[in-house]
Amino acid sequence: MVDAAQVEPLLDLVTIESPAMRVWRRLSRRRAPVFGLIVIGLFVLFAVLAPLIAPYDPIAQSWSLVRKPPSLVHLFGTDDVGRDILSRVVYGTRASLFAGFISVSIALSIGVPLGLTAGYCGGFVDALLSRMTDAMLACPFIILAIALAAFLGPSLSNAMIAIGVTTTPIFLRLTRGQVMQVKVEEYIEAARVVGNPSWRIALVHIFPNIFPAILVQATLSIATAIIAEAALSFLGLGQQPPYPSWGSMLNSAQRFLSNAPWMAVWPGLAIFLSVLSFNLIGDGLRDALDPRER
Amino acid sequence: MLKFVGKRLLQLIPTLFFVSVLIFSLQQLLPGDPALVMAGEERDPQVIEQIRKQYRLDQPLPLQYVYWVKGVFSGNLGESMRVKEPVLNLILEKLPVTIQLASMAIIIALTIGISTGVVAAVKKNTVWDYAANVFALWGISTPNFWLGIMLIFLFSVQLGWLPASGYVRLRDNWEASITATILPAFVLGNAIAAVLMRHTRSAMLQVLESDYVRTARAKGLLERRIIVRHALSNALTPIITLSALEFGTLLSGAVLTEQIFTIPGFGKLVVDAVFNRDYAVVQGVVLVTATTFIILNLLADIAYHLVNPRLRA
Repeated sequence: MVDAAQVEPLLDLVTIESPAMRVWRRLSRRRAPVFGLIVIGLFVLFAVLAPLIAPYDPIAQSWSLVRKPPSLVHLFGTDDVGRDILSRVVYGTRASLFAGFISVSIALSIGVPLGLTAGYCGGFVDALLSRMTDAMLACPFIILAIALAAFLGPSLSNAMIAIGVTTTPIFLRLTRGQVMQVKVEEYIEAARVVGNPSWRIALVHIFPNIFPAILVQATLSIATAIIAEAALSFLGLGQQPPYPSWGSMLNSAQRFLSNAPWMAVWPGLAIFLSVLSFNLIGDGLRDALDPRER
Repeated sequence: MLKFVGKRLLQLIPTLFFVSVLIFSLQQLLPGDPALVMAGEERDPQVIEQIRKQYRLDQPLPLQYVYWVKGVFSGNLGESMRVKEPVLNLILEKLPVTIQLASMAIIIALTIGISTGVVAAVKKNTVWDYAANVFALWGISTPNFWLGIMLIFLFSVQLGWLPASGYVRLRDNWEASITATILPAFVLGNAIAAVLMRHTRSAMLQVLESDYVRTARAKGLLERRIIVRHALSNALTPIITLSALEFGTLLSGAVLTEQIFTIPGFGKLVVDAVFNRDYAVVQGVVLVTATTFIILNLLADIAYHLVNPRLRA
């Protein structure tokens, strides 16, 4: 005979939350990552709906509107060739977010499979890949990205490739380290004993367990990639004129600091806010994914 | 210890090999015929043929690599296409400027980073701790080229206290030299200060909970003495070695900072080289920075082993 008191805990088991839901519950309890998510949500909205949100054409020049301070007509003012800065900041979101996501995707798609291979196979493959990683990490990030972008030729897509390739060793090293930790666990051994092929063990049994660490690093790397894209565009190696990018806007702003300081404020603030938000989300995710948290 | 150093030195060989392959293969990324790209505006077939001969572009790729590495080992990093000077000379000429800037930045970063980190740890979960954490987040998220521009606006354009650009050599006039580099050094040190603050805070928190600190407290020592003599001196070791690893961040930052403040250092050299399509200079700069980083990394590792008795076998 089963009485009600015994059934209740069983029901609890049925309504147990999924790992994703648990992470979301922990994340949404904290103010900092929620702030980050809202800001990034807004930026994504800006990027997608730029033609609807931007009040003016971001590349339309007007000699009668050169370097006008912020006003009700031009909320962020105008730049050295009379373009509306607000519209340029809104459209610039596209270049920055795009660069952030694409370059990290490039890094993930090369770094994670190689890291899995290095960590799982070990031996010569691991030694070879690890030394290559060391070599790439030895070159300062921006300098290597500049060198790559310079040799590939200046354009936004080449900047993204350069940043992506430069970010790759970080994911390779992280994935490798995580795999080495996980592969000695008993459940991996059990999976092997049952006769699973290596690729299946790596993809089905190891990968889900190292995914959280990769997710956190990917979020933080987007922040770094956005700064790097802005830096390359600032140097003229990213988005090419007249198309707007926050970095190149700062470059032209530098020449008019004494008579049009507003030109430097808004694009810089946009970079700062987006980078800060990704950092907050990354830190929040790390805490939320920590198994010691409740 | 000797075995450890030997093992680390052996590991250097393949790493350096891959660094050299990486830098050499940059050249292969040039779209089209490298001789044509290097020639720039020049279209005279004789000149192009000469470039092809001079850079051995007519030889097979592995042979080109061997020649290049041979050159590097004899101190020949190639010649600048633009100024017709050996790349090594150009680098050696610009290096002292960047070293001065980087040293000042590291001093600023250590001072700010360690002091805020100690305060944050000692006053954990108070307003001070939150303020220090906000400072760290701000430092990590602010692009240094924007910070530089805003500081120029404030201190040079508005207040007129500091020069907006330019550089004076330390031995020519040390006061003018410091004044000219203090702003860029702060910009450069800021992000590193933020990283060091986070490390200091966590290292201090760990040490403050240790038994010997509790013993010191039980003995009735002054709190300040405990924090400085007992806790900080122990927490400092990993922080100092970590700051050596920030060298890469420092050089990356220097590229943009020197550009903004028009300081004729290493960073400006590489950016100018990129725009002049002076590819040998770009390769030379990457090679020198990577090698320096690898050596510093090794030294930091050895230093860490030396000062940490637990790692000494």
